[in-house]
Amino acid sequence: MTTVEEATVTAVEISGTRGGPDVPTLRRDGWWVQPLVSATILIAFVVYSTWAAFVNKEYFVGTASHRDLLSPFYSPCLVASCVPGSHPATVITWWTISPALLILIFPLGFRLTCYYYRRAYYRSIWLSPPNCAVADAHSSYSGETRFPLILQNAHRWFFYFGLILNVILTIDAVEAFREPGLGIGVSVGTLVLCVNAVLLWLYSLSCHSCRHLCGGQVKSFSKHPIRHKLWKLVTPLNAHHMKFAWASLIFVALTDLYVRLVASGTIPDHRLF
Amino acid sequence: MPDAPESADATDDAADDGIEAGVDRPGGSGLGAAAGAESPGAPDRVAMRVWRGDPGGGEFAEYELAAQDGEVVLDVIHRLQATDAPDLACRWNCKAGKCGSCSAEINGRPRLMCMTRMDELPEGPVTVAPMRTFPIIKDLVTDVSFNYEVAKTVPAFSPVPEPPDGYRMQQVDIERGQEFRKCIECFLCQDVCHVIRDHEENKPRYAGPRFFIRFAELEMHPLDTNDRRELVRQKGGLGMCNITKCCTEVCPEHIKITDNAIIPMKERVVDAAYDPIGWLGRTIMRRHKRSAEEAAAGGQ
Repeated sequence: MTTVEEATVTAVEISGTRGGPDVPTLRRDGWWVQPLVSATILIAFVVYSTWAAFVNKEYFVGTASHRDLLSPFYSPCLVASCVPGSHPATVITWWTISPALLILIFPLGFRLTCYYYRRAYYRSIWLSPPNCAVADAHSSYSGETRFPLILQNAHRWFFYFGLILNVILTIDAVEAFREPGLGIGVSVGTLVLCVNAVLLWLYSLSCHSCRHLCGGQVKSFSKHPIRHKLWKLVTPLNAHHMKFAWASLIFVALTDLYVRLVASGTIPDHRLF
Repeated sequence: MPDAPESADATDDAADDGIEAGVDRPGGSGLGAAAGAESPGAPDRVAMRVWRGDPGGGEFAEYELAAQDGEVVLDVIHRLQATDAPDLACRWNCKAGKCGSCSAEINGRPRLMCMTRMDELPEGPVTVAPMRTFPIIKDLVTDVSFNYEVAKTVPAFSPVPEPPDGYRMQQVDIERGQEFRKCIECFLCQDVCHVIRDHEENKPRYAGPRFFIRFAELEMHPLDTNDRRELVRQKGGLGMCNITKCCTEVCPEHIKITDNAIIPMKERVVDAAYDPIGWLGRTIMRRHKRSAEEAAAGGQ
């Protein structure tokens, strides 16, 4: 009879012949639907936002229409070529192309490096993997250990810039209550800008980096009660980060579209009260 | 109605193994009869495609047997062992979703056989295959010792010296780690992780989701003194994870592996390796960051 003492340690086989058929997946459900929907929305957003960023017109509804609505893609409008009334006093004079290109790098970077969007586009665009237990479309894989994907670690820096932009877009939303020549009022455009700002705040505050910086990085919550409270505040938001990511992405494009349609005279901006 | 002779055999053999087979018998009574009561509209037969093979090769074997209400996939596998396939190999133990032994791929999805109800699977043959990531031993049994080797590389808990009145911790300090202690080591997360599932060459430099939660548990422990951030970055391959969240999706204990362990660990690694403000703070405050080698050596 073999005792524990007599037992010999056998070499461990880390690699070896795998079981199961050598097929990409055995899944029979509609595993391709989720990446297809994600890819469709992401590509549609990229196409629309690229067009909107380069078109460089009809992004501001101003005094002539008794409104103060600025597209989030062009806010803050910092270059000298901005439509009068849409920019602050200090502007950049050497920038000659669309002002949106100066701004969009920050929200773009924030979303590109976002932990949720990484999941979404690694699955749906890069197919690495397309879905769980479905074979990776690439023959080799190094993850986020090399350039350029190692830059994903800069997410928190884009988060900081994103917070600054959120403050600016919140100011835009507040200014949208101002209706030049009419006083203070609420129009559909005002509500659109307000909802946009709220969604962007929810998306930013539910961010994983935000959760970490609020308190996730401490070892002992009992020694950092304020950070623990902050962590507990953002943790429930973090659980809905995916929803906020999609909602804010779609709505920011719709906000730009709404401002654009009003600015071009395609639709009126109805005053509610 | 179930096929009477086959069901009766299954009951007898399964009972020898201490299994409640739950066979429907007309006029029967007790737990077995109750569990075996047929639901209206439920299929009479179930078709199974079970992988039969060893390191030399294999193929799916097809079986058909009587459907029984309330069964999980492991029950059907046991009935197959008791009837058509007595040499079918399958690892199992508790049949309650707590031992983590019966991991397999059911209809292509990594799951515990004991926690997968037959009536929640779509109609058609139920495919049962071994875990893809690990070497096969026989049929549904794989060699998961890769995980035990990785486990040895995670430096153990290294607490501060015990104070005279003993260790004391507050509940708020251990709540995060308690979630990770639910892990039953079924290794479904390791199985589904494409970093090693589809790229076996990564195995020597990738710890995998199960051990990232171990790293996270230790890093978040208020009494632990080791600093494993460089170790998990350089040797554990944390950067290989591209957070596609499949580990979280398959975890039978519903541990939020990605959100509560992997991403917090990635953020801690950013603190240690990629954040210039963190570097400046450490330099000014003369705080030492442990190298991977120092962390692997453990101790205070």
